[in-house]
Amino acid sequence: MDKIENNKAWFLVLPVFVIVAISAIIPLMTVVNYAFQDIFSPQDRYWVGTEWFESVLADDDLHGALIRQFVFSFVILLIEIPLGIALALAMPARGWRASLALVLMALPLLIPWNVVGTIWQVFARADIGLGGWLVNALGIPYNYTSDPVAAWLTIVVMDVWHWTPLVVLLCYAGLRAIPDAYYQAAAIDGATPWKVFRHIELPKMRGVLLIAVLLRFMDSFMIYTEPFVVTGGGPGNATTFLSIHLTKIAIGQMDLGPAAAISIIYFLIILTLSFVFYNVMTRMGTGERA
Amino acid sequence: MSLQLQGIARTVGGSIHLHPVDALLEPGLHVLLGPTGAGKTSLMRLMAGLDAPSAGRILQDGQDVTGVPVRQRSVAFVYQQFINYPSLSVFENIASPLRLKGQERGAIERRVREVASLLHIDHLLDRLPAELSGGQQQRTAIARALAKDARLLLLDEPLVNLDYKLREELRTELRALFERRGAVVIYSTTEPIEALTMGGSVLVMHEGRVLQAGPTAQVYHHPASEAVAEVFSDPPMNLVNVEVTGGTARFPQGLELPLTGHLGMLEDGAYRFGIRALHLALRPKPGLPFLPARVELADISGSETFVHVHAEGLDWVVQEEGVHEHGLGEPVTVYLDPTRLYAFGPDGRVRAAPARGRGG
Repeated sequence: MDKIENNKAWFLVLPVFVIVAISAIIPLMTVVNYAFQDIFSPQDRYWVGTEWFESVLADDDLHGALIRQFVFSFVILLIEIPLGIALALAMPARGWRASLALVLMALPLLIPWNVVGTIWQVFARADIGLGGWLVNALGIPYNYTSDPVAAWLTIVVMDVWHWTPLVVLLCYAGLRAIPDAYYQAAAIDGATPWKVFRHIELPKMRGVLLIAVLLRFMDSFMIYTEPFVVTGGGPGNATTFLSIHLTKIAIGQMDLGPAAAISIIYFLIILTLSFVFYNVMTRMGTGERA
Repeated sequence: MSLQLQGIARTVGGSIHLHPVDALLEPGLHVLLGPTGAGKTSLMRLMAGLDAPSAGRILQDGQDVTGVPVRQRSVAFVYQQFINYPSLSVFENIASPLRLKGQERGAIERRVREVASLLHIDHLLDRLPAELSGGQQQRTAIARALAKDARLLLLDEPLVNLDYKLREELRTELRALFERRGAVVIYSTTEPIEALTMGGSVLVMHEGRVLQAGPTAQVYHHPASEAVAEVFSDPPMNLVNVEVTGGTARFPQGLELPLTGHLGMLEDGAYRFGIRALHLALRPKPGLPFLPARVELADISGSETFVHVHAEGLDWVVQEEGVHEHGLGEPVTVYLDPTRLYAFGPDGRVRAAPARGRGG
């Protein structure tokens, strides 16, 4: 059969081109434009090369925000992933208790982020918040508006409360997908609960854990709403994470050039680390496909 | 060792999974044969100690082990799914039950290699289960079970998820492996052919009951009841209602068959006659009685043709050697070999069975 030249085929891929262009490429290129030029108006703009990048990379405020951001994401992963696995293992497998546990677990995920922030902002207050008041009543001085450590603790506990359920739900789904025969085989072998976890449950959960780690890393690395509502980045700069820092530069000071440069650095960090996580975790331990 | 079941039964939430079973299982191969849902897996789980029986006792070598948890028994289990530890290599998988028993390193190494070579997976010891084909995965699972040298080895439809060729190959190998062991080996299957090739003894199960037990060939040739004959024939035994008066059987199609040989001493009354598909023929055989029927379906399987025929009062399957084309609704003549007829009474018990010695 002869090949038929038909330019109409372009119309079939056109929608995808338009959607990708509008949703991803054009906004991204706008940021790139701002990162390499000093733009006052569409007619009035100057090429600055890597000047913005050089200045923001030398900026101590950015270093501080970046370090805080890494520490925060690291702490979040370190707490939420093991805690999520442990809770998923402890959850009932079937019956009404399982349904109840699932509903309770899902609740924090259903609350809008700024509402979560507001809840904790009030709950943790030393003067009128139940949580903050109780801690102080127990004789532990606690005030997140003045003490950096207290502010960090508040944000971390809030994030654990808000997002561990996501890890739990993913792990729970992974656990339920393991055929009962595996557990029987382990029982017949005389395997200890630890061996069952290490050699059956953990490898079988690997696929969902990979998703959980990626999602929690990306989300925690981009955290903005909750600390913005609770501490506004304070006291001082104690809880100024990357996105809060970025917003300050872009909206607070209208330094669009440096803000665009930070955005690109920010984006590249997330992209690189997600890529690394993905590769490490898919190769780790077992040849089983995720 | 021997395994003795004394009236063990299992009821779950009011539904009966297993009616009381009595059996004495000596070392050697025992095939549990029955359709899906017959209670094979329930019975094996009770034997292993994975479930507790609702009633009855299980004795190992005369000792009551009913309440003994599975990890304290000498049991190995192979499942129809390929169950291996996903993150351990084939070597570690086979070694795992030995390690858990705390055996010393050199002994484990030797045992793993020995069992692996029996199952022809000695070149795959470094691989992970996910890197193996289905057949190799199941070989690994079987090797793990064998390595343990348990006194009770249970295999629950181990070959059902493998393709036809592999199944035949493994079946032969397994039979040879089991013959050399002093353990009680329980092997469940839904396929009569598999039961026949494995040999040993058979327990025919149906709807939660053990219908008949005995040496496999004997049960095949002398099914105690219509139900056993149906379960232990593939395709299921063909049945027809007949009326016997004065030494003659009246078939629905007007066929009158004078009864001789093993059928000669049947008393007058209503019977169901049964005959296996392979003792029916569509090509004329001189001297054999015949019935008219119509073709409903012709099913070609390998080098055989299974022709489903219908006539008033009977729906039969005829097994023909070779590949034959048949049109739907085509009128055919079914020849039957009266020396291969079984006669069952109205209660389903066998009244007359063909003498053995002339093939299945």
